[in-house]
Formats: sequence, C-alpha cells, structure tokens
Amino acid sequence: MPNVAEISAATSRAAAANRRGTARSRAARIGTERVIRGSLLACALLSIVTTFTILVILLVQSASFFAMPQVSAWEFFTGTTWAPLLGEEKHFGIWPLIAGTLLVTSIAAAFALPVGLLVAVYLSEYAPSRVRAILKPILEVLAGIPTVVYGFFALAVITPFLHDHVSESFGTFNALGAGLAVGIMILPIVASLSEDSLRAVPRSLRDAAFAMGGTRFDVSTKVVVPAALSGIVASWLLAITRAIGETMIVALAAGGLASMTLNPAHEVQTMTAYMVQIFTGDAPAYGIEYKSSFAVATVLFVITLALTIVGNLFLRAFREEYE
Amino acid sequence: MTTPPNAPPPRNIDIKPATPVVATAAAAAPVADAQDVAIRAQGLDSWYGSVQALKGISLEIPKCRVTALIGPSGCGKSTFLRWINRMNDPIPGARASGILTLHGDDLLGRALDVVELRRRVGMVFQKPNPFTKSIYDNVAFGPRLHRSFRRADLDELVENSLRAAALWDEVKDRLKSSALGLSGGQQQRLCIARAIAVGPEVLLMDEPCSALDPKSTASIEQLIRELETSYTIVIVTHNMQQAARVSDRTAFFFEGTLVECGSTDRIFTNPANKQTEDYVSGRFG
Amino acid sequence: MHSLGARAHSTTRTRTPGEIVAAATPTSQVGRRVVDRAFLGVCIAFTALAVLLLVILLVSIWQDGHARLSWQFLSAFASRKTEEAGVRAPLWGSIWVCVICAVAALPIGVGTAIYLEEFSKRSRFRSFIQLNIANLAGVPSIVYGILGLTAFARAFGTANSEDPIAFGQPESFFYLQLPFGHGVLAGGLTLMLVVLPIVIVSSQEALRTVPGSLRTAALALGATQWQTTWNITLPASIPMIMTGGILAMSRAIGEAAPILVLGVPLFIRSTPINLMSDFTVLPLQIYNWSMRQQSGFHELAAAGIIVLLAVLLTLNALAVIIRHRLQRANG
Repeated sequence: MPNVAEISAATSRAAAANRRGTARSRAARIGTERVIRGSLLACALLSIVTTFTILVILLVQSASFFAMPQVSAWEFFTGTTWAPLLGEEKHFGIWPLIAGTLLVTSIAAAFALPVGLLVAVYLSEYAPSRVRAILKPILEVLAGIPTVVYGFFALAVITPFLHDHVSESFGTFNALGAGLAVGIMILPIVASLSEDSLRAVPRSLRDAAFAMGGTRFDVSTKVVVPAALSGIVASWLLAITRAIGETMIVALAAGGLASMTLNPAHEVQTMTAYMVQIFTGDAPAYGIEYKSSFAVATVLFVITLALTIVGNLFLRAFREEYE
Repeated sequence: MTTPPNAPPPRNIDIKPATPVVATAAAAAPVADAQDVAIRAQGLDSWYGSVQALKGISLEIPKCRVTALIGPSGCGKSTFLRWINRMNDPIPGARASGILTLHGDDLLGRALDVVELRRRVGMVFQKPNPFTKSIYDNVAFGPRLHRSFRRADLDELVENSLRAAALWDEVKDRLKSSALGLSGGQQQRLCIARAIAVGPEVLLMDEPCSALDPKSTASIEQLIRELETSYTIVIVTHNMQQAARVSDRTAFFFEGTLVECGSTDRIFTNPANKQTEDYVSGRFG
Repeated sequence: MHSLGARAHSTTRTRTPGEIVAAATPTSQVGRRVVDRAFLGVCIAFTALAVLLLVILLVSIWQDGHARLSWQFLSAFASRKTEEAGVRAPLWGSIWVCVICAVAALPIGVGTAIYLEEFSKRSRFRSFIQLNIANLAGVPSIVYGILGLTAFARAFGTANSEDPIAFGQPESFFYLQLPFGHGVLAGGLTLMLVVLPIVIVSSQEALRTVPGSLRTAALALGATQWQTTWNITLPASIPMIMTGGILAMSRAIGEAAPILVLGVPLFIRSTPINLMSDFTVLPLQIYNWSMRQQSGFHELAAAGIIVLLAVLLTLNALAVIIRHRLQRANG
C-alpha cells in the first residue's frame, strides 16, 4: 500500500501541474456554445420551413387555379369527368383521378397487407434464426429497389403475363399490373414494420400462452398479433401512404386515361400520373392545365398527410404500450 | 378430477416417515405411498448445448402438496421446473435424458403432445404477464383453446377461477376492462386464475412473488396454501422464508444436482447435508 | 385475508374450474394440429412467394438487359439508334446529384438530429419538430419535386428565368446563377429535401444508442454540451450515422419523380461541368427508355436498370462494411 505522504505529495504536484495550464476564456466558451446551438437550431427549423413552404406553394397555386374563370371548385371536388387537355370544353372533376389512385392502391393493399403480415408472422414467430438471417436482407434488398424498376417490371413482365395467362383484355396499360407492382414495392415495408411490432411483444406473453397449451397458431394469432395490432395497423397505413404517393410505377404501367372504372384490366390515371403527364411538358407552363396539377398535388398532399398522421398516432400508441 | 377423494392428512405430519433420512447427496427421499406421487424424476440429466444444467436428478413430488425448489441462481431449479411442462423445448440446444413422469405418463418422449401436457400443467411466471385483453378474456383464453363452452358455463368457469384465485370480489364489476389496469399483485392472481381455468392437475410457479410488494406477496402465499387442496404445486423461490411458509416439502438444488429433499420442517430445522444447512441459514447463495 | 377462494371448492353446489372444464366439449386436438400446420404452410408459401418475386424480377431484368452491357454502353451518350445508346450522361448526372445531395443532407440532417437528441429539452417545441419530421417522411416524393421546382429552379418566380443573374464564369465549377434552373444543384437540393427525414431519423437512432452514462461522465468533467457531443457522442455513433446516410443516398439515387418534375431535358449528350449544368439521372433515363414502344429500347431500359442496381449494390456493400467495422470496433 502506498503511504499517506506519497499520496499527498502526488496530489499537490498534480494540482500544481494543472495550474500551469492556460485558462480558456469563459466568454469564448459560452460564445461558441451559443453559435453552435444556434446553427443546430437552424438545421432543425429547416424541416418546419420545408413543410410551411410546401403548404404555401400548394395553396397559392391552387387558389390561382380556382380563381380562373373556366374552373369551379364545386366541379373540381364533385365532378366525375377529368378532361383537361382534350377538346374545346375542359373538365376538371377530380374523382376519376382519385378513383384511379384508389383502384391501384386497393389492388396493392389487397396483395401486400395480408402477405406482408404473414411474412412478418413467419419471420417473428416461426422462422429459425438461420432462415431469418437470410430473409431479412432479402426484404431489405426488395425495399431498396428503385420504384422505376418495379414500373419496368410491371410493363415488361406482369402485364404480358396477365395478357397471356389471365385474360386477353389486359392491354399495355392496366390497373392490375401497376397495382401488383406497387404491392410488391410496399410488401417489404409492411413485412419489416409489422415484424418490428411483433417482436416488440414481450416474450412473457408468448410463454404464458404456450404454458396454457396454446399451439403456435394460437399464440401467434390470438396473443401476439392482437397485442401488436396498433403497430401492424401503423405499418399498413404507412405502406398505403407510400402506395398512394407512388409515381413512377403508375406513370409507366397504369396508363394516362382518367376514367371512373373498377375494372382492373382497364387503363386508369392516378393523381401522381397526371402530375407527371403535365410536368413532362404536355402542357404549356402557367396555363390552366399546369395550374390544375397543383390543385391535384394539394389533394394528394392532404390525403397522404392525413394517413401519415393517423399512422404515426397508431405507432405512438403501440410504443407507449410497450415502453 | 384433481381433488383427492379423502381429506388430506394433516400438514404438520411428515409424509415420508417410513424411510430414514440418508445423508447422501442427490438422494431423494421417496414419498411414502406411490399412489400419492404426482411427478417423478429418476436420473434426469439436462443440457443447454454442451453445458449440463441438471445432473442425475431423482425426485418425487407428492400430489396435492406444495413442493418448493430452492437453491442459488443457476442451480437448475428453474430448468427442472420447465421440463415438467416442456417450456424448455423452444430453447435452442436444450435436451434432457432420464425419466420424468406425471402420474406415470412419460414427459420426455418425442411422442408426447406438449399441448395436451400444458393443459394438465399450468404455469405462473416470475413477472405478472396478463394478455392485452380484458380480465374476462384473459381467464377464458385457455379454456377456449381446448374446449367449446356454452356461454353460461364459461361465465361460471371464469367466476370460479377468479374466486379460486381470490380475485373475484375485486374485479367482478369490471370483468370487461383491461387486465393491464390491475395492480401487480392483482395481475399475478389473475395469472393464477388464468392457469386454474384450464383445469390443470399441477401448477408450476416460477418465483411468482419476486416482482411483488410484501403485501401482495402475502396474499399470493396464502392463496398457494389454499390451492394446495386441489392442485399439486411446485414453486421455485429464492426466498427462504417463503419456502418455509408455503411448502410442505423442500428440495435443495446446487450446481445442477439435487442435494437434499425432505419435509420443509426438517430441511429448515435439521438438514442432513452441510451445504443445505449453510444455504438455508443464509451463509451463502 | 383472501380465504373465500379455495373454500368455494368444498361446497357441493359450485363446480370447481376443473369440473366445468371436464364437462365442456373438447375441441378436436387433431383439428387444432392441422390448423397449426396449415397456418405454417401458408406463412411459408407467402414468404417463398415474396422471395420468388424478387428472383423473377432480377432474372427477367438480367435476361432482357445483359446483352446490352458493355463498356460502350457506359461510355456512350443517349442516341436514337438503340445500338449506339449508352448511359454516360445519366450515370454522371446521378453521381453529381448524389454528391450534392450528400453534402447538403448529411450536415443538415445530422445537425437536426443532434439538436433534437442532445440540445433540446423534452418540450412542446421539440415534439412539434419531431411530429413535423415524421409527417415529412410520408410526403410523396413528387410533391418535393414541386417544392424544388418552385423554390430552387424558379426561386419563387422572383428572378427572371429567361435572364438569370449570373455569378462567375460558366467554365468554373462554382458557376452560379439565380434562379438555379434545372441544373445539378437544383436536382441535388431537391433530393436533399426527399431524404432529409430519413437522415434525421436514422441519425437520431444512432445517437440514442450511445449510453447516457458517457454523456454524464463528460458533463461531470465540466465539458459543455457541444464538447460532449463533438468529442464523445458523435465519435461513438458516427459509423451508424454513416450507414444510415449511405442508405439515404441509395434512396436518392433511385428517385425519379422529383427530378422529372424539375423539367430536366429528356435528351442530353453532355456530362455536367458546373453546378448549373443540365443533367439527367439513371432512373429517369430508364423511365424514358421504358416508355418507348419501339423494340430495342426495353433492352436498353433493362441494361440501365442493371447499371443502377450495380451502383446501389456498391453503396449497400459500403454500408455493410462500415457496419462490420463498427461491430468489430465495439466487440
């Protein structure tokens, strides 16, 4: 053991060495801290500015669209004819675009929501860790593929398959091909977000259900899935939001004919596809068609924003339940 | 089905009086009458991968009694408990050899239907783990898995299970509200009711009070003593006083072996083995 | 205290739980097992379907496009003659835009994450920003395109697009004009807006993995909040931040819709030389080729996809390597 004298000598030498250092300016320290805090705050504020700017642009341009004499807000929100480019008499009733978007999204959801959930249940409740270690990266690869690739896939593979093997009535552009491609695109979102929720359900709940003689099916469907339900619903809503806002797939594969149809073999135009049609230069800038795309964008923005907000509410409810 | 036809013998009488205690390690004192044995282990070995967790356990657990498994952490008592309802199955690399029977039925064979086994053997866990469902649905969950009930029967079953767990009076007015709104002690009694509702012969309890406050612990302990008339209860506990208070027989595990097993009175007052004596007197563990 | 429980059993009128259970009709054990097996079968079948779809996707694209892959394809500009066409302009365009996007999005995104995780208290203001970021993540990318078009390409119409105000010489890399028009700078900044929420959220997650005890230790030595962040928290989380950043960049490289809205020219026979240069990007070139009905263009699109996926694969491999380094450093 070191003796007391040694220790006391060492401490005083350390203190003396410390005093030889030059003191840093307190003012400089506080100043630096302020400047840095300010610039970090500026970064954070940029996200608010972004939201605000989007809102202003959409509202101002939509307002100038509705101010045009050929346009009536009533027709826009209730009309079922969307004919902005053809003929003498233009019609701006947004429902055909909404119907097209809903048709494609419903097809995508009908495929991706159940399949994604089943994949998630398999990954979280059944898959041996080795299988899981292979499947998770595959899902990540699927999630990382650019949407234009899915659009090409719909055009080059899915639609020819539908035409040859399902029905001759499927043309080059159809809602089903585009919808399925969108479904494949959102599948990994549903699967991985749902799996996160399922895995967040405490082990002890599974143990309890198994200990009562539950089979894996009982435990998965009657305990784990209900317990993770708000997280699963959140994953569904966020995936649907992505499907509604998806642009390149529908621009490539769904077509450009705005129509009120439920027939999946028909060509449909979605809100996003219409915006692509306008911005790729079919219409003169600052004209009425051009402005109409801002009104469509506003509707799209409101729908996706509402879904995102509800989805995040579910997600927050889920996190609160298990934290 | 689980209630013994005759009144149980008075508790303070040692139920294995015939055989004198032999002070050898791993020697399990047999229960007097073979008819009264619920669970029997003979030469039970168990591994997790290459680590041996249980070494030649031979132990008889009497019917409609409380048997406490005590010992320091990692001694194998929970492993033993979880073989009785095969909850070790999903653990990668977990395996067992030897003999383990419940009323004569082999528990380790591959042919065993674990779902049926777990209907006969209920389990209560360390932390209360009610499902995110209503109180009623928590209790009705297990029975619905295995059988179809008329509504009135199910109501009766839920009520009696909750009564048996001494929870009925506290929750009868809010059966449809979430089980997560109950206090910790109430949640644990709900978990006991949930286990009872399946109609088991055996109740396994893995440190059921370790997450509870003293008052809730006292209520669970009293409940255990009362349930003993109907169920064979095996309880793992770290708490010496608890083992002394609630159990008829005590088995002391150490490093995967069964050091000593006998009536709780004897284990705590006159242990045959030095290690047992050190442990129950709090000198280690 | 709670004594009525077990007593209830001994009275003859009430049935014990065991008796009630015994009296009820058992469900078929075989049936339950069949349902269990069948459910597993369904789960496996659909998981296999997902994997199969990925395989079909990759194989069909490879079959369509691999014949077109050559050095010439990488080094040639777009052409009306399919046999001479290549991805030189979109490949360089993608690289320029991605670098600009990274230079803009990483500091701002990480800065925001640091502000939210290290500097702001749990206040209403903080949760407002947090909510706002979560909502921005859900905004369709084409809407960001509209924002980029209005704010960057046209500067809100404040300056005359026909006669932009110029700074510097067109030969120099730093050549600037207002408004930006549809040059690479406008493209990169638009993509920055798209990926910013991703960068922020992944950086926040990275910062959260740093144990609070490290921060407390530094603060207890008298370090300021920024000194703690700069010297302790950031170094500990930078590999994870980089991984998230790279994944965000691969998202940016794959985006076509916002660039399309900017109104970039469809046919370009040059690579960018300064921040105002015209450009196109790989996904947009793929889109254009896919839209052509004539034979030969689909093969070009497929070949373009192979190049795009190769670029993404490289980025992802980089992310994996960084993740492994991190695990080794911490393990």
